[in-house]
Amino acid sequence: MFDVPLSALAAQVFTGLVLGGIYVLMAIGLSLIFGLMTVVNFAHGSFYMLGAYVAFSVIGLTKSFWAALILAPLVVGALGLLVERFLIRRLYGRGPDDPLLLTFGLSLAMVEGAKVLWGKIGLQVDPPRQLAAPVDLGFMNFPVYRLFVIAVTAAVLLALWLFLEKTNVGLIIRAGSRDALMVRALGLDLNRVWLLVFGIGIAMAGLAGVLAGPMRGVYAEMGVEIIIDSFVVVVVGGMGSLAGAIVAGLIMGEIVSLTTFFAPKLAELIIFIVMAFVLLVRPSGLFGEAGLAE
Amino acid sequence: MIRAAIQNVAGWVAAHPVTSFVVFFAVFPFLVPYQSLATQVLIYGLFALGFNLLYGYTGLLSFGHAAYYGLGAYGTGIALAKLKVTSLWLALGVGLVTAVVGGALIGFFCLRRRGIYFAMLTLAFAQMLYFIAFHAADLTGGDDGLRGIPLHPLTLPGLSLSLRTPLAFYFFAYALIVLAVAGLRRILDSPFGAVLQAIRENSDRAVACGYDINRIKLLSFVFSALFTGLAGSLDALRLTVVPVESLYWTTSGQVVIMTLLGGAGTFFGPFVGAATFLILADRLSLIIEAWPIVIGVIFMAFVLFLPRGLWGTLTSPGVQR
Repeated sequence: MFDVPLSALAAQVFTGLVLGGIYVLMAIGLSLIFGLMTVVNFAHGSFYMLGAYVAFSVIGLTKSFWAALILAPLVVGALGLLVERFLIRRLYGRGPDDPLLLTFGLSLAMVEGAKVLWGKIGLQVDPPRQLAAPVDLGFMNFPVYRLFVIAVTAAVLLALWLFLEKTNVGLIIRAGSRDALMVRALGLDLNRVWLLVFGIGIAMAGLAGVLAGPMRGVYAEMGVEIIIDSFVVVVVGGMGSLAGAIVAGLIMGEIVSLTTFFAPKLAELIIFIVMAFVLLVRPSGLFGEAGLAE
Repeated sequence: MIRAAIQNVAGWVAAHPVTSFVVFFAVFPFLVPYQSLATQVLIYGLFALGFNLLYGYTGLLSFGHAAYYGLGAYGTGIALAKLKVTSLWLALGVGLVTAVVGGALIGFFCLRRRGIYFAMLTLAFAQMLYFIAFHAADLTGGDDGLRGIPLHPLTLPGLSLSLRTPLAFYFFAYALIVLAVAGLRRILDSPFGAVLQAIRENSDRAVACGYDINRIKLLSFVFSALFTGLAGSLDALRLTVVPVESLYWTTSGQVVIMTLLGGAGTFFGPFVGAATFLILADRLSLIIEAWPIVIGVIFMAFVLFLPRGLWGTLTSPGVQR
């Protein structure tokens, strides 16, 4: 049917894995924040954008991508803490629409703010020198930086899983997402846990932005493009489900990547088509519980 | 003293909404710096009114109202520019039908989920339409927008009116929007309108009362798409071009901002909000280039401290949401 060399197809599958990794980092943060405090963070994409810009500036100052890889998510995460503490916290107890509206306004201000600080023209970030060359995988050549992105994503997911499953704080977070009232009744301070989770989610968005920068360029609207894709991933995976975010993120990454290869004009549409299909067959998403926080 | 007077006036306006609307917007074009701004306020007010029917009265937050606005605009624009329709009425009709059919289809999908999922789904579907319009350049003009929409004279039995002057176009839009406002008042005062507000307040209870709320929500969605589509159709005629950004998420965002600035769930909030937003944007853009930052911050302040909006606070100041 399609006469394509196998190596080109394999390269596209790997590219899909990389894109899927970025989706997963975004969707996990969104899902974690939503599962715990029923806040849909519209500004999640703007923190992704900010991560990429901060990385650009850190690289400019230190000449080191590695410094940016560590520092930018921390800076963005710290900003996330401030946003939770001084803006979103005021809205707990109101309906779930209000945080969405607030973060929408925040996102608008951040996109314009980035244009003021870093200019309206897109910026380019080079991958670190050690990772710039392509690597020979035996059947094809593949940019080693992209393999690195896959590895970092996997490492972060593993760390997050260990944190949630094996630590006391992780236990409180899991309990809090089940029944916040009961956790409070046991005398635990959930405000601090929510602050922490918001910071972690935002830092992951920042990290996704740092990683995406060298592949997709850095520009003010990059966050809005990714947030809509990430929302779709979360809806397909099932809101609040971390496993759903991972599986749906990887599937969507592959679908987008392969569609780009076989039918480029459909590439931007395909995720919406998949979403509509999933909604028809399984309205609560692949891993979602019906009725959760609706 | 002054406060009481303002509240008296606001109270009278709230009690006689359609009359107030007719009187105020008859003189409005003579109160603003230039007349095309008045037309813009009227059309965006209608857009926000359509959004408000769904969000303010039914409690469904749509983040994708650009879809029905854009469908109305493209429907009318394509009828005039590509299909060479010469009747303004027919072209408006095509725009409205496009918006309503689109609203029914998208509404059917989005209403499968509630709450926050609903907001995200409406956003996703609107973006889908944006990408379709972007790529279907033969029909929509793609990235350049749909150009060359002729503004035919308005034909009524026995007369033909040119709409080429800003004031003539204003009063053409005014006449249609007065009909829309009266229509909305009629909908809200009907039993159907009461059920909409019951769904907003407590949808489980509305179900328990025996209402088929899915059907009613879909109907509300379609009415909302109808008003929004009329706004889009009129804007295509006003600009004689449909920019592809009319389907972009920023357009949906604007109408959310306008409605909340004015006051969601209030009858005049959308028009107050549209006027505030457009006049603010018009003035701010003269002072600073990055004016959306200011709008974003003001909007956040409204969500935090003034969730009832300007009109909502004015008409019932003591009530907390």
